[in-house]
Amino acid sequence: MNPRTMYRKIWDAHVVHEAPGEPSLIYIDRHLVHEGTSPQAFTGLKEAGRKVRRPDLAFAVMDHSVPTKNRNLPILDEAAMGQFSALERNCRGAGITLFDMFSHNQGIVHVIGPELGITQPGQTIVCGDSHTSTHGAFGTLAFGIGTSEVEHVLATQCLSQYASKTMHIVVNGKRTKGVSAKDIILAIIGKIGIAGGTSRVVEYSGEAIRALSMDGRMTVCNMSIEGGARAGMIAPDHTTFAYMEGRPYVPRGKAFQEAVERWKALATDPGAKFDATVTLDASKISPQVTWGTNPGMVTGVTDRVPDPASFHEADDQKAAARALEYMGLKAGTLVVDIPVDRVFIGSCTNSRLNDLRAAARVVAGKHVSKTLKEALVVPGSMSIKAKAEAEGLDKIFRDAGFEWRDAGCSMCIAMNPDVLPPGERAASTSNRNFEGRQGKDSRTHLVSPIMAAAAAIAGHFVDVRDWNVDATE
Amino acid sequence: MQPFSKHTGLVLPLDRINVDTDQMVPKQFLKLQTKQGFGRVLFYDWRYLPGEKPNPDFILNQPRYKGASVMLARANFGCGSSREHAPWAVADYGFRVLIAPSYADIFYNNCFKNGILPVTLPDEKVEDLFKRAEKEPGYSLTADLPNQTISDAHGLNLKFEIDNFRKHVLLEGLDDIGLTLKHEAAITAFEQARHPGATMYEPVDAKYSPNQQ
Repeated sequence: MNPRTMYRKIWDAHVVHEAPGEPSLIYIDRHLVHEGTSPQAFTGLKEAGRKVRRPDLAFAVMDHSVPTKNRNLPILDEAAMGQFSALERNCRGAGITLFDMFSHNQGIVHVIGPELGITQPGQTIVCGDSHTSTHGAFGTLAFGIGTSEVEHVLATQCLSQYASKTMHIVVNGKRTKGVSAKDIILAIIGKIGIAGGTSRVVEYSGEAIRALSMDGRMTVCNMSIEGGARAGMIAPDHTTFAYMEGRPYVPRGKAFQEAVERWKALATDPGAKFDATVTLDASKISPQVTWGTNPGMVTGVTDRVPDPASFHEADDQKAAARALEYMGLKAGTLVVDIPVDRVFIGSCTNSRLNDLRAAARVVAGKHVSKTLKEALVVPGSMSIKAKAEAEGLDKIFRDAGFEWRDAGCSMCIAMNPDVLPPGERAASTSNRNFEGRQGKDSRTHLVSPIMAAAAAIAGHFVDVRDWNVDATE
Repeated sequence: MQPFSKHTGLVLPLDRINVDTDQMVPKQFLKLQTKQGFGRVLFYDWRYLPGEKPNPDFILNQPRYKGASVMLARANFGCGSSREHAPWAVADYGFRVLIAPSYADIFYNNCFKNGILPVTLPDEKVEDLFKRAEKEPGYSLTADLPNQTISDAHGLNLKFEIDNFRKHVLLEGLDDIGLTLKHEAAITAFEQARHPGATMYEPVDAKYSPNQQ
């Protein structure tokens, strides 16, 4: 057989039906569901008189609109309450596992999938959420879908798909102290552009990727969609297997050892061809800060806000000028001179235990700047929250002036009460700095957890490398 | 799904690259549980001033583009979030045809589920259409799916490429799920051969869990 990429191996193992000139029918191993993009799908099923084919392969959680404090109080947002009730009703009706907002396992859908071992190498995973690419960190083919496709998967456990092109992103070398997984993926997006991965599935490899923990790998794969890619993936290895062992949905004992052998065979064969290859040197990546209104508008922390005239294409010049106006920034301003009003540490990109540990190392014994209006830490899951508390991280953050919240998507998408007010500027560990993303007319700068933590202390961006803190997440 | 064959309509030239789906339908409207009524909130933050007063600077509010049903857009249209609320809003407002040099994957795919024809044309052709639409009030285009052409009243005639299967589904307005269920036997055979399952080996704190071993 010809050498195959990991993507091709997973694809081939899931083809249910194929015919020339048609998309292939692909079997879906895990379907993750949340309250935001599923109600219309369940309604569609009901209207068509169809049933959920495999409720045992679907897992639902409340994350997008959940409050991150006072969950014992009634929820005043009637529309959000309607979503929660609908999800509960739909899961009960179909017999789908549901983690509601009072579950000890509740959390952001892309955090709890891996955490509970629902996510396993070699699987196809979909969810009505573009950051489903996160699960690719385990060597899965995982991608976001629209609500029509959510309904399709509920009804058939399959999706009709064309195979994607592939892109190999190799990150060689070692990152320097103070440089995070977040900086790696922001640097990648800065290099390929936000449409650089369009219609492609990306495989990340190289020394700097191998050196990442699973939490770091998830950060990288999470933002694949921000580079336009359909999915991102990393071959499973001993780091992956060590992370997985003993998780609730992962087989035990001999069955686990057998699974590991199968998972090892997923790696791309030597000599397999990719449609494109991009190479980066991790030692040259500095802490990254976005200055504009999409994740590709990014630069190093020691740089200046760029001049729109410095872009080659007229469209890019216009977009940069508009972005600077929206962001309230002047070209030429040093990034470290940009003040921040609020800091958000959380989201499916950066809310895992190692992210919180790294941020805690920065703030330990210090206090947030007097100029700061709010600093939030929102753990990715209630289980991460409990583990962090067992380590005393909550005390470190609280003593430093941060609020310590319950798990959810929170200020990344601001569907709950955690909203960035108009005109205010945030250092945020989330994934999107689109106009209005964290609140109407709000201004988002995407950074790593330690960069966000340092900005909270200083009241403006700082080069966290000068603080000599271990960034390892 | 509403079939699509041929459509003529007023052109709205939306001159911005990388228009993301957060702009098409901001987050606060993702809590609605229907697929209808999103046309009113399309491009909400760009379109309205406080108090939902139409923003006269935004192109959608300009009288000459009232009733537009063909949207001319720039590269990487529909990037970001997978929210299908975006194409629901585009369709509900009355747009049936999009023309752009490129689209983000998920949005492009979602268009076909909602009777919207997303036409891809090379940069220079799109640029030419922008010039024509901006110059001539009332400029209209006709999208002809069977013949795969975009044409205007002045003899312009551009051929576009589209995947044959998607074309067929759009022309007939076919139900995707119905198409897949024709392969019910193959799905069952796949399940019998591979036994896809999700066994729980340790209790989790969930409701309605069917996976306990």
